[in-house]
Amino acid sequence: MTIKVLHPGLSTTVQDLGRPGYFHLGIPVGGAMDRLALRAANMLVGNDEGAACLEAVFIGPQLEFTAPARIAVTGAEMPIKIDGVEQPGWTALEVKAGQVLSFDYLKSGARIIIAVAGGIDVPLALGSRSTYPIGALGGFKGRAIAAGDELPVGAAASGKAGASVPEALRRKPAHPAELRVLPGLYWHRILPESQQSFFADQWKVAPEADRMGYRFRGGQALKFVEREQPFGAGSDPSNIVDSCYPYGSIQVPGGKEPIILHRDAVSGGGYFMVGTVISADMDLIGQLQPNMPTRFVEIDMDGALAARADRKALLQKIRAVLA
Amino acid sequence: MTTRYSFGGDEHLFVECDEAMSLDAFFKSLSMTNAIRDAAIKGVTEICPANASFQIKFDPDLIKPNDILKEVQGIESAAAKTEPVIKTRIIEIPVFYQDPWTHETLMRFRERHQDPTATDLEYAARVNGLADVDAFIKAHSGSPWFVSMVGFVAGLPFMYQMVERAKQLQVPKYLRPRTDTPKLTIGHGGCFSCIYSVRGAGGYQMFGITPMPIFDPEQSISYLRDFMVFFRPGDIVKFKPIKHDAYDHALGEVASGRFAPVIRDVTFDFRDFQKDMTGYNAKLQGALA
Repeated sequence: MTIKVLHPGLSTTVQDLGRPGYFHLGIPVGGAMDRLALRAANMLVGNDEGAACLEAVFIGPQLEFTAPARIAVTGAEMPIKIDGVEQPGWTALEVKAGQVLSFDYLKSGARIIIAVAGGIDVPLALGSRSTYPIGALGGFKGRAIAAGDELPVGAAASGKAGASVPEALRRKPAHPAELRVLPGLYWHRILPESQQSFFADQWKVAPEADRMGYRFRGGQALKFVEREQPFGAGSDPSNIVDSCYPYGSIQVPGGKEPIILHRDAVSGGGYFMVGTVISADMDLIGQLQPNMPTRFVEIDMDGALAARADRKALLQKIRAVLA
Repeated sequence: MTTRYSFGGDEHLFVECDEAMSLDAFFKSLSMTNAIRDAAIKGVTEICPANASFQIKFDPDLIKPNDILKEVQGIESAAAKTEPVIKTRIIEIPVFYQDPWTHETLMRFRERHQDPTATDLEYAARVNGLADVDAFIKAHSGSPWFVSMVGFVAGLPFMYQMVERAKQLQVPKYLRPRTDTPKLTIGHGGCFSCIYSVRGAGGYQMFGITPMPIFDPEQSISYLRDFMVFFRPGDIVKFKPIKHDAYDHALGEVASGRFAPVIRDVTFDFRDFQKDMTGYNAKLQGALA
């Protein structure tokens, strides 16, 4: 069976849990921006948790199903419609052959995940079905879907219609959003007053926010500890000898606008970084809309590991509910 | 050289072998990353070498951050004793300097440049104290380059020129990065040259373009059939200036599947290289003849 793309939305791509193992060659892990939403969506339709889904940002697609299907939509809050009739989110839904799935305007969050029983069955590329558009790698022909595309769907396993993830287990960013950051990397390059203002200031998500990186504005520019620039780094005090960029690391070109690197991150470059958003909060970043007020909250390694354990426990609760 | 350790969140260990770029720092990073790979430490999921630093991705559910830190620190002293000799390859890369496509692009982004009245090559020649563009191209293509990192985007090589520090070409990056760079542009920022493997954003100065693809997700190009990424750290590159007609000819060869890059296996001994760079480079380049 296939899904006909009537309207692609803004930028809808095939994503799974990504392709680890190639970052040392500049090919990022990719995969869903909100991994918890992807796992939950797959569980709802009876797929393996890492099956390939569609990830849509800000504007949902319009999709026609050529055969009966079980689907689920998780992630952001965006009214879901089947042949114009509103349907609940985070719930296993039955779709009949010829019916059309569409969406209304986004209410909160930024990205929805659309799972179909059987998964989106595009070929594996380096072990993953995720789309890496810059490298024209993976997904549907290496690009975002377009009107007229016919997306292949795999064979469905059994699952139960009507299953739902309880509201309390759907993780969403607070308002203002809070992202926990472990200071480090080149943290010592900025003055103590800037170390303080970075966490004290309220930032806003800038319009330049995508799968590669999220840019923020509105806080005070960071001031650097004076030094003679090391050979090969470049003359700006925010320059370093090009190094690796951890996922979640926050670079601040020119000291002005922090950029958090996300799933499709560049693997390295020549800007200093103040620290890294902890693994437990990476999913939240993908749900931030432009202009969303955001605070960076300082955390230490023990706190980061505790948050990681909490997130794992939440996932386990979702599994238990849907088992 | 002081090694500095830091964590990138709860999943990455960041190791800076030196603040400044040098081949010493590169070899220290290379021997450490090789030793870490050989040690097969539990929980390590990825090892990403960079120019004078590297990063390890690990799963903190399998190994505590402080335990991996201790393991890697233990490897540091052992790695210092390894011989800086590598079996690698030298590759000749044809470059059409001052080509129309990077020229069109640099004109489009002139307002983001340090010197809007000059081209990137004219500016690079001036800030390096060279007489003109030809002298700069001569310096750029006259000595080989060492691939000290692969990354940024798919398969992009960062290259460090194998000459004394005083002769190394340095140029700042664009004041604000461009949103567009032609595929296979030869760029330069700080002391590094690169080849943009795909079209996209970029902040390096643009000098020319090569007809030789270095990344092919389809793996249809003969020399990329085994793997879609051409470069690996430790490769040595020699640029060969070509004119417009030779560039067009090479493009035709690529399209018809006949293009065969000039690649030779060589051994590189960092100690011998340091004793006589000019002589050693001449010997290396002899392999391309």
